Amino acid sequence: MLILTCPCCGVSGEETEFHGGGEAHLTREGPGADDAALEGYLFHRENPRGVHFERWRHVYGCGKWFHAARDTATLEVFGVYPAQTTSPPEDLLAVIREKRPGWTWRGLS
Amino acid sequence: MSTRLTKGGRRIDRSQPVTFRFNGRTLRGYRGDTLASALLANDQMMMGRSFKYHRPRGVVASGAEEPNALMGIGQGGRFEPNQRATQQEVFEGLEAESQNHWPSLAFDVGEVNAALSRFLPAGFYYKTFLWPRAFWKHVYEPVIRQSAGLGKAPKDRDADTYEHYYHFTDVLVIGGGLAGLAAARAAASGGARVTLLEQSAHWGGRAPTDDDATDQVEALVADLSKMDHVTMRLRCMGAGVYDHGYVLGYERLTDHLADKTGPRHRLWRIRAAQIITATGAIERPLSFAGNDVPGVTLASAVRDYLADYCVSVGDRTVVVTNNDDAYLTALALDRAGLSVPAIIDARQEGGGDLAEAARARGIRVLTGHAVAKVTGRTRVTGVKLARQTGEGAVIEDIACDAVAMSGGWSPVVHLWSHCGGKLNWDDAEAMFRPDATRPPTGADGEGFVTCAGAADGVFAPGEILQAGAAAGLRAAGATGHPGQMPDLAGPSERPLRRANPLEPVWLMPASATRALRAKTWLDYQNDVKVTDVQLAAQEGFESVEHAKRYTTLGMATDQGKLSNINGLAILSGALDTPIPQVGTTTFRPPFTPISMGAIAGEARAETFQPLRRSPLHDWHAAHGADFEPVGAWRRPYAYVRPGEDRHSATAREITQTRAALGLLDASTLGKIIVKGPDAGRFMDMLYTNMMSTLKPGRCRYGLMCSENGFLMDDGVVARWDEETFLCHTTTGGADRIHAHMEEWLQTEWWDWKVWTVNATEQYAQIAVVGPKARIVLEKLGAEGVEGEAFPFMSFQNHRLAGIDSRVYRISFSGELSYEIAVPAGQGLALWQALLDAGAEFGVMPYGTEALHVMRAEKGFIMIGDETDGTIIPQDLGLDWAISKKKDDYIGKRAQQREDMARSDRWKLVGLKTLDGSVLPEGAYAVAPGHNANGQRNVQGRVTSTYHSPTLERGIAMGLVLNGPNRMGETVEFDTLEGGTVPARIVDPVVFDKAGEKQNV
Repeated sequence: MLILTCPCCGVSGEETEFHGGGEAHLTREGPGADDAALEGYLFHRENPRGVHFERWRHVYGCGKWFHAARDTATLEVFGVYPAQTTSPPEDLLAVIREKRPGWTWRGLS
Repeated sequence: MSTRLTKGGRRIDRSQPVTFRFNGRTLRGYRGDTLASALLANDQMMMGRSFKYHRPRGVVASGAEEPNALMGIGQGGRFEPNQRATQQEVFEGLEAESQNHWPSLAFDVGEVNAALSRFLPAGFYYKTFLWPRAFWKHVYEPVIRQSAGLGKAPKDRDADTYEHYYHFTDVLVIGGGLAGLAAARAAASGGARVTLLEQSAHWGGRAPTDDDATDQVEALVADLSKMDHVTMRLRCMGAGVYDHGYVLGYERLTDHLADKTGPRHRLWRIRAAQIITATGAIERPLSFAGNDVPGVTLASAVRDYLADYCVSVGDRTVVVTNNDDAYLTALALDRAGLSVPAIIDARQEGGGDLAEAARARGIRVLTGHAVAKVTGRTRVTGVKLARQTGEGAVIEDIACDAVAMSGGWSPVVHLWSHCGGKLNWDDAEAMFRPDATRPPTGADGEGFVTCAGAADGVFAPGEILQAGAAAGLRAAGATGHPGQMPDLAGPSERPLRRANPLEPVWLMPASATRALRAKTWLDYQNDVKVTDVQLAAQEGFESVEHAKRYTTLGMATDQGKLSNINGLAILSGALDTPIPQVGTTTFRPPFTPISMGAIAGEARAETFQPLRRSPLHDWHAAHGADFEPVGAWRRPYAYVRPGEDRHSATAREITQTRAALGLLDASTLGKIIVKGPDAGRFMDMLYTNMMSTLKPGRCRYGLMCSENGFLMDDGVVARWDEETFLCHTTTGGADRIHAHMEEWLQTEWWDWKVWTVNATEQYAQIAVVGPKARIVLEKLGAEGVEGEAFPFMSFQNHRLAGIDSRVYRISFSGELSYEIAVPAGQGLALWQALLDAGAEFGVMPYGTEALHVMRAEKGFIMIGDETDGTIIPQDLGLDWAISKKKDDYIGKRAQQREDMARSDRWKLVGLKTLDGSVLPEGAYAVAPGHNANGQRNVQGRVTSTYHSPTLERGIAMGLVLNGPNRMGETVEFDTLEGGTVPARIVDPVVFDKAGEKQNV
């Protein structure tokens, strides 16, 4: 059972205090999107063994959504950051590059 | 025979005899006995029968690894199967029964399986029962069900209570042997909070018996007991190690007591920054024919029974070994005055110092020899001696009544491995040991588990103390509490236990014939033999995980404790692949099974889940409410009066409401406030229809879809003012919908100025329904509510019965209807005022079933009935509620997908049975022909079906292929009884289509 720290309220809590919300940084495809783009948005998800970016909600706490960068194999948590962004912060990416040289995730590396 | 010797026994108190019952017989033991030691003391060698062949089985081990002596303990509400007799302490009045036998332990019908073993090879259940197909249902399955499973399931409700305990610690030490005690002592020296768990009832592990270390153990326990920051628990097993330092501890509080007061088990839910697993090692059996005959026991267990309980497994014990350790057993037996006819050492060179000591006492030591076969059926009568390097040609018969075997030791790496700790194969010691460079890693990427002592493959007592303390210091240091190395005096020198190295012996004799191998057990509990694993390999189950599942090796409660390495070695030999390449199966928690009660803890009966109650709940309960669960709420299904059932009560409530006046407690409906400058824009995204154009003071019915386009909730929206909307949701949907809103606001449109509040519980809401509704409102003080002064789908504030109320003129029944919202605390007062004012019209409350029937009569959909997560609004004929003007709303693009837009989707219609009967719930409309599986084709299904007291016949709605274009057609619906019921496709609205009743 993971321990996560909510970047909004600062509380470190048990996984049961949070709710996972799947892959982070999806771009919404609305009216006008072609079928392929819509399919990608609705259904296609990364399932990496290693570095992953996820959405979590501190559901039994402050109620806020946030992002977490995590290694799905070792369960190391590289960092958490607010939900109000379209990409991970640069300093976090630097941490991951140092710890996992050569990693890639969608367009990131 | 097995018996109690006259004096000694470290753990028993001879001044406190206890009586207990085994299979109905009254037996005596002493306080401190385990059930296994007490049974052995009574010469009860046979303790059960095996799972598959029902072979007689005796106790093999003395601890958690025991595979055979599994018992049903207790009676009635306290009965529990599969308890290890080696861990169950005896107490006055204990009731135990052996398992897997019928009619009795001594005479068992199922033993015929053993004679049929040729026909029950590995994977037999995948092969044998396939044909003929018809046999499955009537022959194979009943027989398998009769014989499947270990033990009997309890029949009565559990009479005990259980509890969960949350615990936080810097350093958790699992295992209270020498290594664990030293680790805890060192970890505590710098002030770290330390928790020490030991699964048995005693500290010290094997050290008092094998290393004369009683003094060292007592000194360490005394030191630790004085420290306030150290928590120590006996009878508390470290059951599993999970992500980020989460550990489950399983404490057995009353299993060893006659007095069952208080919780039976306590589940410790521990968060530890660092974990030290000092879980010791388990001795391995040797693989020779007849190694499962009662009386064949692990050499270490023979020592334990002698030292701890002063019980001898046999009068004449042959020791068979591939290492020096078992000589300790021979020496202990000899010192106790028992006979050791021979020590059979498979090693050509034999043992070291201990072997010399044995020879010096006149014990016959045979090196390079093997047990070809054990003779005896329900107990050992002798062994047949052979050379280890042969096929098993018998040299000599040695009479004995017990065999003490040792195949070397396997570190207990289970807890290390639970969360991903990796292992290395140690060729010299022939064992898997933890690879300290590849530990389980925590949130910071650093290891959080350390193995110490025998669990790490360290066996010399002096080294164990030092290694344990070093692990403790390192762990405490990692939590910011550096300490000092305690002064740990090792036990006095003893003859070296490992002077001569172990020699791996995976089969005895090395080239045993098939006949011998077919009687050589690898896994006692699951009846897996050497030939079974070899067959699995031969049939292509080469992966260790496949071989395990095919043969059932290491399954059930064993989890690889005794069987793992021997099985792997046989598989390795059969595949001609080295053991490390074959690998090991996955060690999964719990270490030994934990009770279901402990897992549930306090969460049973009323405390299983908190219930939500409306502010009027107590009134409902006092007035005949028959409650039904709606989400976490309990709502009155109907108010059943004396002489009524649910059905007739519902009919009365509907008839009264349609005729005059009814009241509904609608407080459970979700009430979410959406407020802010961008609220209108946000509402337009949430709902399929246009909400931003709604005028303050007005209401609009709206639909909410998921981004996949599927209908997820519906309800009436009221615009309180320019910036504020109140969204009514379904009773079960309020929390989900509020979370849905927050998700979009926080993660997609975070720059929109909108605030949402789930105000569901802030208001009591009462629906006043029926032709007399307006008069009652006026009686309570409402003014100007006539006709167009208070139009349908609007709301007004009124003071009713002295209570500030918000009155919504909305209707879910087709009647003239007002839903009155007041602060929750005023709900009961308003309810009572409405009852008083409505008395002259025969007012009565109605429940959810009346609500459902009345909405169905009007053709209104219900989320969860007409929808199931695959239904779009267009399927339900709700196109009118989907804005054509809006560029976007959640789900809009998905509703344009090919599958959503196709013309042959099943669509909502009304269904009228030709005979007026009520259609079965969920019934399918059959279509001509059959599908590929031979099932009838279908063309629709029933979504709602009721008896309408208004129309005095069955009414239903359903989704039917091209339904709206087939009005008047008749389709056939399947029934559970077989056959079909014809129903005509009709308009879903079957009552007051023109809406005249509410338009007054």
